[in-house]
Amino acid sequence: MIRLVDINKTYGTLSGPVHVLKNVNLDIAPGERVGILGRNGAGKSTLIRLISGAELPTSGAVERDMSVSWPLAFGGAFQGALSGYDNLRFICRIYGVDPAEKIRFVEEFSELGIYLREPVRSYSSGMRARLAFAISMVIEFDCFLIDEIIAVGDARFHEKCHHELFERRGDRAMIIVSHDSNYIRAHCTRATVLANGELHHAPSLDEAFEFYHQSQALAA
Amino acid sequence: MPRRPSLLQSWRIQRRVIWALTLREILTRYGRHNIGFLWLFAEPMLFTLGVTALWTATKAVHGSNLPIVAFAITGYSSVLLWRNMPGRCIGAIAPNLSLLYHRNVRPIDIYLARIVLEVAGVTISFVFLVLFFSFIGWVELPEDVLQIAGAWFMLAWFGAGLALSLGALSEISETVEKLWHPGAYLLFPLSGAAFMVDALPEAAQKVVLALPMVHGVEMLREGYFGSQFVAHYDVAYMALINIVLTTLGLAQTLRLSRVVVPE
Repeated sequence: MIRLVDINKTYGTLSGPVHVLKNVNLDIAPGERVGILGRNGAGKSTLIRLISGAELPTSGAVERDMSVSWPLAFGGAFQGALSGYDNLRFICRIYGVDPAEKIRFVEEFSELGIYLREPVRSYSSGMRARLAFAISMVIEFDCFLIDEIIAVGDARFHEKCHHELFERRGDRAMIIVSHDSNYIRAHCTRATVLANGELHHAPSLDEAFEFYHQSQALAA
Repeated sequence: MPRRPSLLQSWRIQRRVIWALTLREILTRYGRHNIGFLWLFAEPMLFTLGVTALWTATKAVHGSNLPIVAFAITGYSSVLLWRNMPGRCIGAIAPNLSLLYHRNVRPIDIYLARIVLEVAGVTISFVFLVLFFSFIGWVELPEDVLQIAGAWFMLAWFGAGLALSLGALSEISETVEKLWHPGAYLLFPLSGAAFMVDALPEAAQKVVLALPMVHGVEMLREGYFGSQFVAHYDVAYMALINIVLTTLGLAQTLRLSRVVVPE
């Protein structure tokens, strides 16, 4: 179980404090796949960083009874100056996993070949996404946090991600953040909408989408 | 790994993270080119050797007839010990922001990894130089190794406390970095590395002994050749300053870890 209790997050800006998340509550049970819908800048990535524990809330608490991945996002989690191999070793060391038996998987999945020896900052966004996804499949978690990473890359990459995540790890909990309701519909059992800093829970997927599209229309 | 980890588990995780960060730091700083991580202590060694050569050539006036080589090695190694850590910790978070995506990597771990690396480098350099110069007969071996270890610890602790404080404060205000460079430069001649407190007039002694690192250097030199001069230091005073700096540093790092945003 993961439980968010009355989460508030405020960022200080030059124009004064901005209240990004307001009294957010959310429960995620083992095996559940929850989608979080929101427009650009709605606070989705902030919310997922708070769930992961990478960032701390201004007030409120995040309770985690299962192991939770880092946000599998397109950027972040890597050191640009290090090579793909060194990033793999670094992350294995942090999570206490032996890198030796994982190297082959990363080589095969990422298809980066000789570029695994090059610094990550020289990678294209597609290459980075492949490396990020491959490395994140090396550490096992009860709950995966997915922040748009799969939106990058070509059809073949999508297919491989789908196989690794939703077929081989179909029993895990997942929290998927996206502005794309079709993606959420395809992969989630439940969805909530983040708008104006508040999380709106809906009884069904369809009602969540309806609310999302309405709130989008209002904003436009 | 569910539930809140016990203290022992937390310590294991933290050790793992600091070790991973230390290796990462070695790789990004020295790479795998030429002598690689040997630069870790080759660099402070070159510094110390250079200063030793200069001071020997100019027969630096240090107000005593102590052997100049031993004087230079003890003095300059002490400076490197307390001065390098703050330099490495100021602005240390920005290049590591993406690593904070991993829950177990906190700002304190980034600072500790850099502190560990600096202390290791300067210590290896100091020990190597002492052994080398005593082997070729330019310096005597220390009189009291235990006291040297104690003084070394006090200086390292001072540097670590200063590094944590300045590092965390530099994330609030860039002024810290701007002021540190002239500050460190001006503190060097006052730090006790290039003079013996006993050789100063009494009024100057009082002023200079307000600086905590002077106590560390005096204590270190007493351990090295204490029978040849009168040392002036107060371990309790230095420990007090160290405790204040460490507390301030930890509090600032904790505050930082509450507001830092991974990138």
